[in-house]
Amino acid sequence: MPVEPPVETPRDLAEAFRLMALSPRTPIAGGTDLMVRITGEIGSPPDQVLDLSRLEELRGIALEDGRLTLGALTTYAEIRRSGLVARSLPVLAEAAATVGAVQIQNRGTLGGNIANASPAGDTLPLLLALEAVIEVGGARGERSIPADQFWIAYRTTALAPDELVLRVRIPLVEARQVRFRKVGTRRAQAISKVVLALAWEQADRKDRWSHVRLALGSVADRPIRARSTELYLEGSRATLETADGAAETVAAEIRPIDDVRSTADYRRQVTARILHRIIRDAGGW
Amino acid sequence: MTAIRFLVNGAPVELEAPGMRRLLDVLREDLGLTGTKEGCGEGECGACSVILDGDVVDSCLIPACQVDGRIIRTVEGLAALTPDGRILDDLQAAFLATGGAQCGICTPGMLLAARVYLDAGGGPDEDAIREAIAGNLCRCTGYTKIVEAIALAAETGRRPAGA
Repeated sequence: MPVEPPVETPRDLAEAFRLMALSPRTPIAGGTDLMVRITGEIGSPPDQVLDLSRLEELRGIALEDGRLTLGALTTYAEIRRSGLVARSLPVLAEAAATVGAVQIQNRGTLGGNIANASPAGDTLPLLLALEAVIEVGGARGERSIPADQFWIAYRTTALAPDELVLRVRIPLVEARQVRFRKVGTRRAQAISKVVLALAWEQADRKDRWSHVRLALGSVADRPIRARSTELYLEGSRATLETADGAAETVAAEIRPIDDVRSTADYRRQVTARILHRIIRDAGGW
Repeated sequence: MTAIRFLVNGAPVELEAPGMRRLLDVLREDLGLTGTKEGCGEGECGACSVILDGDVVDSCLIPACQVDGRIIRTVEGLAALTPDGRILDDLQAAFLATGGAQCGICTPGMLLAARVYLDAGGGPDEDAIREAIAGNLCRCTGYTKIVEAIALAAETGRRPAGA
């Protein structure tokens, strides 16, 4: 039988912060990661659990000051259904649709994906490429952490033991193009072999690219930005030469590993190939 | 232990259970509703699918503390209870008609994922059906007949009453 650790269900954020300050508890939101740990299938069961599901403060999707704000408890199904997301950041709904299948999308949350800090977390490269800010908090107050400072080592985040992920703010940028690709064994229910998110700014298709952000999942011990490739693409146009050079640069930049889901060679080749394809499509050639 | 109250197939249930007990275990062990099956126990296979407040979910991934005050439907609640006995849901009848079940372990989950799909207005389109049951694995590889069954139920459900 699965381990059944003690759990508390706070009714508001203040109570949740108080409990977290008392002693560290492992938060549970949609349970898609944590419930697998209580069966001992993956990882070790937590000692004490904090059920976040009744914290209404952590729900909702809103547009505020030119930023899309998503509460930590926002599910992938809610992201897919949201008219606001469809209008302001459709690529986020596209990414949410690649997570698991309907059962997982109904339960899994954006905050959970962030806090679980899997190197294969589907949405994390997108948050990196979009320069999202992750707002966290606890009894000592709230603070904002840029996505590229959040995942600091293998399955390790910048969260203090008494802090919770509260919400994500994503700046909406005029003239920004964003592309997202996930490669897995099959389209549904697959843990990714490679996740790639690319963002750049360009007023017109013929313009040079600026503010290029390239982020990758499943190719390192954490979701990463590919900064050498970003630099290579900065100021370029979407030509065949650019695509060839960027593919070569990213293949040299990343250090993926062989594991149960894929091989280093496959990951390096597929990453380069996806990037090449995105640049080709953007250039319209 | 936590007091947990919820509705299962329309009937109110009240029990004392550890808050982190899996809904799957509450249903099967505490309530004796063994129609819900355990396949992988890690949210991959969908055999333990139930309907929670209208959404299809994997009951192996839901702690009991999160179902307090909620509405759950399991495969036992699909057939309608009438004075003349149980009348099969359109989907159950269609699975019988097309041979949509082999070993039967995936069938309850398939039925519930398909029920939510049809309730949301889903039709007989094969690609849409395949996406709706993408979280449900069949070990007998019987997908073709399962998809046929759901498409048949979609057609049946669209016929006007009495037709």
